[in-house]
Amino acid sequence: MAEKLLDWNEVLIGATIKDPGNSRSYETGSWRVERPVWNPDECIQCMFCWVYCPDSSILVDENGKMTGIDYDHCKGCGICVEQCPKKSKALTMLLEADAKGKSEEEIRKEAFSK
Amino acid sequence: MALLNDLAKKKEGLVNGHRLCPGCTHSVIMRQALAAADTDKYDIVIAAATGCFEVSTGLYPYTSWNVPWIHSAFENAASTIAGVEAMYKVWKKKGKTNKDIRFIAVASDGGTYDIGLQALSGAIERGHQFLYICNDNNAYQNTGNQRSSATPFGASTTTSPNGTIIQGKTQPKKDIMSVLEGHHMQYIAQASPSNWRDLMDKVKKALDVNGPTYINVIEPCTTGWGFPAHKAIEIAQLAVDTCVWPLYEVVEGKVVINYKPKNKLPVEEYLKPQKRFAHLFKKGNEHLIEEYQKQVDKHWEWLLKREESGISY
Repeated sequence: MAEKLLDWNEVLIGATIKDPGNSRSYETGSWRVERPVWNPDECIQCMFCWVYCPDSSILVDENGKMTGIDYDHCKGCGICVEQCPKKSKALTMLLEADAKGKSEEEIRKEAFSK
Repeated sequence: MALLNDLAKKKEGLVNGHRLCPGCTHSVIMRQALAAADTDKYDIVIAAATGCFEVSTGLYPYTSWNVPWIHSAFENAASTIAGVEAMYKVWKKKGKTNKDIRFIAVASDGGTYDIGLQALSGAIERGHQFLYICNDNNAYQNTGNQRSSATPFGASTTTSPNGTIIQGKTQPKKDIMSVLEGHHMQYIAQASPSNWRDLMDKVKKALDVNGPTYINVIEPCTTGWGFPAHKAIEIAQLAVDTCVWPLYEVVEGKVVINYKPKNKLPVEEYLKPQKRFAHLFKKGNEHLIEEYQKQVDKHWEWLLKREESGISY
């Protein structure tokens, strides 16, 4: 979040931002109403969710394999679930209200039991 | 073309934390384009025109870009990048740099079809080496869905609303591809984020051309077009399958169609899920859908004929 605004004499000429990609510190995950839940046992690592994610919120390891979802930035649009070829088995949506205060294991159970 | 797993290992050129709507495909297109760029070989510099994408990724003091990025005004993405490219060439001549840098200008349809057309045309004519990517979301979505010359026939926007007398926009969409073809560029293409491999191939090809290149990309807008956020990629796919948005390239004036749908869907499939076309399905408006279909068919047949004839400039 924006802390203190810069003074006029602290702003760089041309409103240059020296720190590339610093919007990462702004967490858009708070916008979410529904969250995608990932089931690693069913995932075939096709990476379609990664290529279609508008918010770069599919976490990837050094081998280019999916390792989870970045809930700090995911806006919950649901494109990943829609494009997942496993049809709601590897990725599915769950209301944030139903996920509140639960552990990852419980959330997964809740989401895939429906 | 590399596998997706290999591309996913690369450093992202556009990071998260931008303020685009959930389900906006602007960032999908740019992520795919930057993943396609061979960043081991060259660096990328981007100029942006004003629009949704610029205001949500460059919200001072934040930036979502991991590559050098410059913005100056709405109408001059092309001339801004032309200036940067000209300076780079001089630096190279003087030996101030030996880096290989490729240039990209990003704009939406407002900054391309209407306001930025003059700057784009000028920069192309001068022969600067840059790739211009137009994310066509069919209206001025940044200011709240006002009609542009890219708005298709029959679409309801805030400045071409449907009422009792007029049913959405009465004019057809501007054929920007033909306008740009008139510049006799080496490479022009039309792509869709739903067909990511095709889009990546085109970006890669365009970046290797020594001269101006242009890629027109459909950018389904969930708020402006009126469909649920998770349907964004599906809508883009429907536009391709109904031939509303044919995937083709013009290489030295020669048309190559990259994707011919096995069974071409009727335009209703594309129009139905979108609220901006809802009035076309009212009783008494059937002729408008017929008219839409006629326009799409005519353009598609024209493309097929051009490909068959194989003529170039």
